[in-house]
Amino acid sequence: MTGGLRGAAAIVGIGLTEFGALPGRSRMEIMAEAVRCALDDAGIGKERIDGVFGADFTDSLIGLTMAEYLGLNPTVIDGTNIGGSSYVNFMQSAALALHAGLCEVALIAYGSDARSAGRAGRGPGPVPYETVYRPRQPIAAYALAASRHMHEYGTTREQLAEVAVAARRWAALNPAAFMRGPLTVDEVLGSRMVVDPFTVRDCCLVTDAGAALIMVKADRARDFPRAPAYLLGIGTATTHGQIACMPDLTVTAVAESAPRALAMAGIGLDDVDVVELYDAFTINTILFLEDLGFCAKGEGGAFVEDGRIAPGGALPVNTNGGGLSCVHPGMYGMFLTIEAVEQLRGQAGDRQVEGAEIALCNGNGGLLSSQVTAVLGTGAAL
Amino acid sequence: MTSSGVRGPGPDAVFAAGLEDGEFRIQRCGSCGAHIHYPRALCPECGSADLAAVRASGRGTVYATSVVRVRPEHGENYNIALVDLAEGPRMMTRVVDIAPEDVRIGDAVTAFVGEIEGDKVVLFRPAAAASAGDAR
Repeated sequence: MTGGLRGAAAIVGIGLTEFGALPGRSRMEIMAEAVRCALDDAGIGKERIDGVFGADFTDSLIGLTMAEYLGLNPTVIDGTNIGGSSYVNFMQSAALALHAGLCEVALIAYGSDARSAGRAGRGPGPVPYETVYRPRQPIAAYALAASRHMHEYGTTREQLAEVAVAARRWAALNPAAFMRGPLTVDEVLGSRMVVDPFTVRDCCLVTDAGAALIMVKADRARDFPRAPAYLLGIGTATTHGQIACMPDLTVTAVAESAPRALAMAGIGLDDVDVVELYDAFTINTILFLEDLGFCAKGEGGAFVEDGRIAPGGALPVNTNGGGLSCVHPGMYGMFLTIEAVEQLRGQAGDRQVEGAEIALCNGNGGLLSSQVTAVLGTGAAL
Repeated sequence: MTSSGVRGPGPDAVFAAGLEDGEFRIQRCGSCGAHIHYPRALCPECGSADLAAVRASGRGTVYATSVVRVRPEHGENYNIALVDLAEGPRMMTRVVDIAPEDVRIGDAVTAFVGEIEGDKVVLFRPAAAASAGDAR
């Protein structure tokens, strides 16, 4: 079955700032730089924007702040915050608004000074029945999931480390990535333990960074200079807010969101050329590969061994270096979709997956709480 | 639709009052029979507002466990766990009276009301080490 929003909208502009430490610059300044890049990429002026989409951990009225800062008078404003997956979810909101004719040019934008301000991501909160135990979120929630996965399926710390090593090998091919030096499994295991079983190398970066993306209705997409990346399918799902309410710590809501996204797109996993997953922690990649269906539940640890998801492996995953080695400013969602667009445009340089026509993206939010799966494709895949 | 006329302390306040009395209270749904924790105004299983606070058995099993590492100058490492209560609900807690890294998934544990930095909280200790006065 296909349908829904398949082919309703397309990404025609993308913009990124530098990744890493951008001291002396505010969130909004970083966001605006990314918007300028996206406008240039799309070949339009800011007066064309009439839809604004943004979420932020420090500004709950970010949609208003963005519109004011950029001097926009949008007809659609959406600040829905479901955690780091918000920026994948916004592709659904934007496609709906574009499809309904409520706006014509949607801007999805984000800026973060998380590294310079000493502020990392967070889960839902405050949650009185968990915060009181000082669980050091969001790390602890993912660590608990890892503990359960190791217990039920025999997943090892070495297998978790393989995820970090694969991400670093991709990052080595990406001049924009923040951490590009060599990394071995032994180095991951021997790094400072943060929350068992995670060392600091099982945990994502904390960087500054901005990103922006411009979407239009699909029938307008060819009016723009860059090859459009079409939204082929999207699905969103949630299982819980706080981690104690997750029904099974080894099964994420991707098991619900992915089948819906794939059905909307009318494709199977065999059709996917490149995979971009929200790897805030090494266990994420293993859980999501299982729940997407690339391997059976419990087999994710073995699946990532021997460089299978690294450059040259059978399945290209997190080709920019991911949140683990490329960039993670608190909400990673848009960085994975922009990497997918770069792959579909064929402009990913040394890390380019040859002939990439279909990319599968999965955004994660909260404490494994929300999952948004999106399928993007080239004009040939439409 | 009119108000149901509910008055008095809500489920959060009833739970907190229990802690002050050294008692760990969960809720039981009068409509579907489910036990619920954390405390809520509507049963997440069936939507009923007919929820009553009941004393928890205090019996639990470790579902997931981890250790938060603390730099020595800031204190000591501590356990963070998810415990499945005998009545059904799962909750975050710490398992104490045992080295934090020695807590194992599947361990039987017993609840008691303790403190973390001045806050009254439900903690657990290994069931074998439980003593009189626990699990009230």
